Amino acid sequence: MTRGALVLATGAAALLLALAARAAETAPPALRWGGDAEGGAPFVEADPADPSKMRGFDVEIAALIARRLGRTPAFVQVAFQSLDQSAARGDFDIGLSGIEDTPSRRAALAVTVPYYEFREVLTVRAADAGRFHRLADLSGRRVGTLAGTIAWDALVTAEKRDGIIPVSYDDDVHPYEDLAKGRLDAVLLDHVLAARSVRRVPGLAIQPTTVATGRYVAILAKENAALRDRIDGILMDAMRDGTLKGIFEEWRVWDEDQAAFEEKMKRKTQPDAATSPSPPSKKSSLSIVLSYLPSLLKASLVTITLSCLAMALAVALGVCIASGRVYGNAAVRFVLTAYVEITRGTPVLLQLFVLYYGLSSVVRLPAFVAALLGLGLNYAAYESEIYRGALEAVPKGQLEAARTLGLTEGQVLRLVRGPQAFRLALAPMTNDFVALLKDSSLVSVVTVVELTKQTAIFATNIASWAVPGALCAALYLAMSLPLARLARRLEGRWKAASA
Amino acid sequence: MSAPQSASAPFLAIEGLRLSRGATSVLNGVTLSVARGELVALMGLSGGGKTTVLRVVVGLEGFDAGTIDVDRVALRPGPPPAGESLKALRARVGMVFQYHGLFDHLSVLDNVTLAPMHVARLSRDAAESRALALLASLGVDRLVKALPRELSGGQAQRVAIARTLAMEPPLLLMDEPTASLDPARRNELGRSLTRLVREEGRTLVVATHDDDLVRDFATRVVILADGAVVEEGPPGKVLSDPQHPATRFLLQTKDRRRREG
Repeated sequence: MTRGALVLATGAAALLLALAARAAETAPPALRWGGDAEGGAPFVEADPADPSKMRGFDVEIAALIARRLGRTPAFVQVAFQSLDQSAARGDFDIGLSGIEDTPSRRAALAVTVPYYEFREVLTVRAADAGRFHRLADLSGRRVGTLAGTIAWDALVTAEKRDGIIPVSYDDDVHPYEDLAKGRLDAVLLDHVLAARSVRRVPGLAIQPTTVATGRYVAILAKENAALRDRIDGILMDAMRDGTLKGIFEEWRVWDEDQAAFEEKMKRKTQPDAATSPSPPSKKSSLSIVLSYLPSLLKASLVTITLSCLAMALAVALGVCIASGRVYGNAAVRFVLTAYVEITRGTPVLLQLFVLYYGLSSVVRLPAFVAALLGLGLNYAAYESEIYRGALEAVPKGQLEAARTLGLTEGQVLRLVRGPQAFRLALAPMTNDFVALLKDSSLVSVVTVVELTKQTAIFATNIASWAVPGALCAALYLAMSLPLARLARRLEGRWKAASA
Repeated sequence: MSAPQSASAPFLAIEGLRLSRGATSVLNGVTLSVARGELVALMGLSGGGKTTVLRVVVGLEGFDAGTIDVDRVALRPGPPPAGESLKALRARVGMVFQYHGLFDHLSVLDNVTLAPMHVARLSRDAAESRALALLASLGVDRLVKALPRELSGGQAQRVAIARTLAMEPPLLLMDEPTASLDPARRNELGRSLTRLVREEGRTLVVATHDDDLVRDFATRVVILADGAVVEEGPPGKVLSDPQHPATRFLLQTKDRRRREG
């Protein structure tokens, strides 16, 4: 029986190897194309019928390009915010994921001809359709969009001009859900996304006014200009022979504006910078840095405030959990141990998602509160372990001596055990605070713009990580180093007092 | 030197005290009675149950069977006492541990004033003047600002005694108080203990291996072996003419060790 299975398995393996070898011989070279399938419909999304396959109009355009290049398309999943850097690194040959045509992209990458023109439109709750027509109507209100997009820039401009409050998201699904739940009053995004979201989320309405227009392009590494030129030819041909129109019609994103756009493209031999939104910035790098510095400092303030409050929560809760685990009865210990193990054993990212999005049907936490709770509750588990260890490290002889002197259990904890445990816990606590400071960058998933997120926006806008990355690192160090110093001084003082 | 035979009831009365840990029987029916103003030495081989008797009397451990009465406070078999009976017990009994258990984060002075301030509710001034007097009587008043880790074993031992005495317990239990003292210091400590008994009317039970201390200062010696009292009487008689084989073995071992040392 066993031998039979073994023979069968060996045979199957051999067959697979042979097939793979054959496939390698005959298959055309792959065209690796990058996109983000997370909430990526109708551009790129996992096929609900077979999640291992991708579908969407960008998928079909990629297939079209590959076919006409005589290659096989191979999908590479890349987070939307990282597509530019990933293209420049050569993780894929071509990026297609509803990528906007911007001056900084043109400066940093090889960009194809635009293949689709979109309109930035405002989506509001149907009940508000009568009063929120334009950004100017939304003074003092929260308006969401994808970070690092043309729409985001428009919101930042409107923040100064109209007093709206921009809220950044990493994906295009959650803004509409938050709009329906009342966390936002409007969403500014491409009409393609808006139309799809309004079909999916009930109670929303798209305003007819176009806030801005933009175009989707495919991106390649700068050194791939030759391939880009071939792809430009393929895209223009596909416009002329109606293949593109067919794809867009199939995905229900074809309209009169699109027909007009294609006509315009077909008439021109050289579609380019003249039609692109604005010429690349000629500002000096110093003035660019200076222009971003205020927002980076503001984001640092968010980071440090959030970290301090979350740590305070973690310490307070950690002390309670540790005391409960050291002094509590079996039931209390079981519940607290379960809390610690579950919290430590699951990613803080998941906990943030659950708190902000998962619980939103029960309790609608503001983003900052969700971030604070997420980090605080998570770190409380780690702090409690430190305190528990520190409490248990205080010699039993001292506790017994204190008890025989007549101190109550509470007094023993407050006067003898606690103060010594605190000194033992200080060094690991400082470590944790520095870790928390860095983990606070995760809260951008619940729309809080902190230092790392702001840096990413900065880097996306100027299409380089060098200067923003260095600035960001310097700001983190400026926050964490004094803290480490303070902790060393305290430890030093206690040592000196006993020397 | 003879034991003052008080006509009143004993201050500490232990009868048929039994305690097992798992399958091991630690105390096998200890019966012991200590009158007010006695300085009783508990002797016996290590593991004979001396420390356990002290820990049970001070309320750190429960026991399985028997009775204990400390100045009209009765302890029952079962887990260690709690609530009012624990409070009453604490007011009567203090203990000095072999490994002294000084609070590492507090100075010598703060070690001694902690309980008077937080348990007896004395003012800081009152607690400090009491502490200074005690530390001076034990010869360690120069060290008030020092932290425990800076003390020698003998200094720490005397600070621990001062800390316990600061609560003025009528019954004082001591576990190996001379373990870290040289002979001169040991005699000094012995005189201090005698003063506590004669001048302050306290009652002392001292677990020790130190037969010189016992011979010179104890009013009575009690020999524990395998968790029971096997012999007791005036130190001069018991130590020079031991009746029980366990006592003889204990003293022989000591003599041999002394000759070899």
